[in-house]
Amino acid sequence: MTAALPPDATHRELDDILGTRWRRPPLVRRAWLRWALIVGGLLYLVAAIASVEVNWARVYEGLDRGAAFVMAFTRPDFVTRADAIWDGMLESIVMTVASSVVGIAISIPIALGAARNIAPLPVYMVCRGIIAVSRALQEIIVAILLVAIFGFGPLAGFLTLSFATIGFLSKLLAEDIESMDRSQAEAVRATGARWGQWIDYGVKPQVIPRLIGLSIYRVDINFRESAILGLVGAGGIGATLNTAFDRYEYDTAAAILLLIIVIVMALEYVSGIVRARVQ
Amino acid sequence: MPMLTLDALTKTYKTGDQALKAVTLDVPAGQVLALIGPSGAGKSTLIRCINRLVEPTSGTATLDGVELTRLGPAALRRERRRMGMIFQEYALVERLTVMENVLSGRLGYVGFWRSLTRRYPQRDVDEAFRLLDRVGLLHMADKRADQLSGGQRQRVGICRALIQDPALLLVDEPTASLDPKTSRQIMRLICELCAERGLAAIINIHDVALAQRFVARVIGLRMGEIVYDGPPDGLSPDKLTEIYGEEDWEATIEKVDEEDDAVEAAE
Repeated sequence: MTAALPPDATHRELDDILGTRWRRPPLVRRAWLRWALIVGGLLYLVAAIASVEVNWARVYEGLDRGAAFVMAFTRPDFVTRADAIWDGMLESIVMTVASSVVGIAISIPIALGAARNIAPLPVYMVCRGIIAVSRALQEIIVAILLVAIFGFGPLAGFLTLSFATIGFLSKLLAEDIESMDRSQAEAVRATGARWGQWIDYGVKPQVIPRLIGLSIYRVDINFRESAILGLVGAGGIGATLNTAFDRYEYDTAAAILLLIIVIVMALEYVSGIVRARVQ
Repeated sequence: MPMLTLDALTKTYKTGDQALKAVTLDVPAGQVLALIGPSGAGKSTLIRCINRLVEPTSGTATLDGVELTRLGPAALRRERRRMGMIFQEYALVERLTVMENVLSGRLGYVGFWRSLTRRYPQRDVDEAFRLLDRVGLLHMADKRADQLSGGQRQRVGICRALIQDPALLLVDEPTASLDPKTSRQIMRLICELCAERGLAAIINIHDVALAQRFVARVIGLRMGEIVYDGPPDGLSPDKLTEIYGEEDWEATIEKVDEEDDAVEAAE
């Protein structure tokens, strides 16, 4: 083995290197390009900040309104509009649950189709296409379109959230399927299992914790989104919130926002517990 | 007539690598043979071309007169039931219980709904318990597979292959990642079970000494070609050099007997 490398030759190379400084190779190797990128980036940052116009007089006037809004949180009013808040909350919760269930149910087959290691190419392309469309269209835009079609109310919100859930869940679940351990699935296939059995025994156990975690996270997102969608007329607590703002009833608005925060935090807490359990 | 016949079995990967070059091989019923060779010699590809987890490019594989290489999907699934496979790194489904893993060996026999609802025929359940008892893991039936040690997992893997009621075992590096003592126990278990049930087996294995100790026939594979086919004691240093390349082989070959005594004494 040592015969292949003459000992004095290796020595000479090492002697040259000893005593020289060692540094991690830079990300961009060409020095001029590296500096051009750094300087260019800084210049752009300065220019970008300088281009934002601020009307300081308007800001000064607005401070009062901002203060009123913030101060409202010290005395939120749950009572005056209690009926409207209750109805809005109920509507949001119904929207959240219904859209999550429907969205997740549709997402699972699409995720299977969008995983390259399971699906043949044509199916993969179609499913990835559906995901791309769902993700490209922002919730608000979809909601505006659906409100235009179905009119004001929670139906438009429900459809919007179901649609958005598909893009979110299918994509992330498909990625989890693609990164699964091949050998476990291969072992199930080697027993002579048919396709459905193979998915049930070889694939499902590997991705179920992620599916549950993502589903709960999506419920959380859907609830928060339901508060936003009301602003464009798609029903839910957002509609109540919008009305409160329009009437300058900041104390009622504060009450609604506090409720949303409490519910989101509760969901977060529950999802933490569930995810720890299923792992 | 041999039970398994490979005739000019060839696999060329899309990258152009020739993993198998016209491998021709007969395996009589009940024979356990070891397939040795360096990493990348095509050992894994060879056994996967038999149950077609890897599609061979050309050539044929015939099991009991059925030409495996020309079967459609449904017929292939039926034939796969007759070929139990044991994997490197066990390949148990980690989040399923031991029992589910063993019963998954019956997937080729039971319908989709039965397997989905885990309502297996009592015969299968009894057989699973019998096998787990045979490998000493009866009390582990409801444990999740990822709670087991390496040796225990491989025993479950063996049960999963055997519950298929196979005629042939395809065994891919069963002892990789196991300690020397567990490796021997696993090899011994596989060979004992093959003898008990009259199964033929092809065992891919890195450890030449271990192969020599347990099997009656050794096939040496190098660059996708068979370069040795004979009894284990015919593996001279020259032959090993032909299979693996230049090294000092005396130590490997001599070590076998001494080490065996040491392990036997330890047990």
